[in-house]
Amino acid sequence: MRAGAVPVHGTHPIVIRVLAFGRLRELLNAGETALDIRAGSRVGDAWSALADRCPALDEHRSSTRIACNGRIVALDHVLRDGDEVALLPPVGGG
Amino acid sequence: MGQERLASARVLVIGAGGLGSPALQYLAAAGVGRIGIVDDDAVDDTNLQRQTIFSTGDLGRNKAEVAVERLRGLNPLVAYDPIALRFAADNARELVRLYDLALDCTDRFSTRYLINDACVLEGRADVYGSIFRFDGQVSVFGAAGGPCYRCLYPEAPPPESTPTCAEGGVLGALAGIVGAWQASEALKVLLGIGDPLIGRLALVDSLLARVREVRFERDRDCALCGDHAAIVSIEREAYEGTPPATGVPELDAERLDDALREAILLDVREPHEAVLGSIDGALRIPASQLEARMSELDSAARYVVACRVGAKSLWAVRRLREAGFTRLTHLRGGLLAYAARHAEFEFF
Repeated sequence: MRAGAVPVHGTHPIVIRVLAFGRLRELLNAGETALDIRAGSRVGDAWSALADRCPALDEHRSSTRIACNGRIVALDHVLRDGDEVALLPPVGGG
Repeated sequence: MGQERLASARVLVIGAGGLGSPALQYLAAAGVGRIGIVDDDAVDDTNLQRQTIFSTGDLGRNKAEVAVERLRGLNPLVAYDPIALRFAADNARELVRLYDLALDCTDRFSTRYLINDACVLEGRADVYGSIFRFDGQVSVFGAAGGPCYRCLYPEAPPPESTPTCAEGGVLGALAGIVGAWQASEALKVLLGIGDPLIGRLALVDSLLARVREVRFERDRDCALCGDHAAIVSIEREAYEGTPPATGVPELDAERLDDALREAILLDVREPHEAVLGSIDGALRIPASQLEARMSELDSAARYVVACRVGAKSLWAVRRLREAGFTRLTHLRGGLLAYAARHAEFEFF
């Protein structure tokens, strides 16, 4: 590896901003929170880190869609420092 | 020109509640030629906090009928169709077909999927709005080339995790914002103006007074509008809402292949549902024969129990548990959900 290159699964932390909506806003007790994760982490890793803090999240995993920087992404999407990740559970009321 | 276009347009508003109240008033005031209103519910005093088309004198009366009375006073030139029925699998496509587009102003997930599916199958746009506490969502599904609700949310949430507005509470004025936005999107689609919310989900955060937007695309694996769509008709059992899965372990369709390395697929579809075959190695016992054929099952083996859409299999798991079987998993969404991910399978 070149000197100074960022390792894909290194130990350098990156910080992402997590926005939670609907039910998840209440479960996480915050609409917005910062999350430190390892460089090279994927959206699914960020979810797992949040679910460690708040195990009640897990029953919402399969129905929640996640957006990164304003675009819906899959759980294997690789995160970068400063990304804004929005957790979007379905909202059903009317 | 625009006014003439609206006068010849027909709009179906499904749900005359918190979202329907403002949406209906702006559509009628704008002069949409024909407005159908579907709601089988009666006005209740807890509705008045957000369902502003109703008054205290309307308690106990059908919402669609009261709404039409109010709207006639606002614009008598519109033709109104009060439809005091539940929007259901047996009338969904027929109703949607009679109008140019539909507004989803309902408050339950199973009906939202039903509206989306009927709209896509009938080639109509589904102008969607939903609210929960302080959060709202708006989008336009089913427009030509655009994504549908299932592209965004392939899977309904667990029923017990999703309180309705009546249970969870909602900021009444948020219903006004989202419902009025739906009317605005419907008018834009009818008039062919502006940039409707196609492939865009607007997120209204009334606490922070912020609107965000998330972009999404048509999902090529979508069970309804994907390249190998599994949903080609409206089947009642798919919309009756999955009963709460009390303690029954569920398996997502994407993990079925992995699970079948250790488990046997128990296919409980009826013969008429399974004419085109099943997964290799599956044990086929129709739910209607389960009692009589239980002796064919091995209580030491693991089974993934599957039916077409995931309702009968849940019943079968419960029945097998009562009979002493313990190593059972239920395939969420049924074999249709699996087939949607595997073009080589044709289950229906």
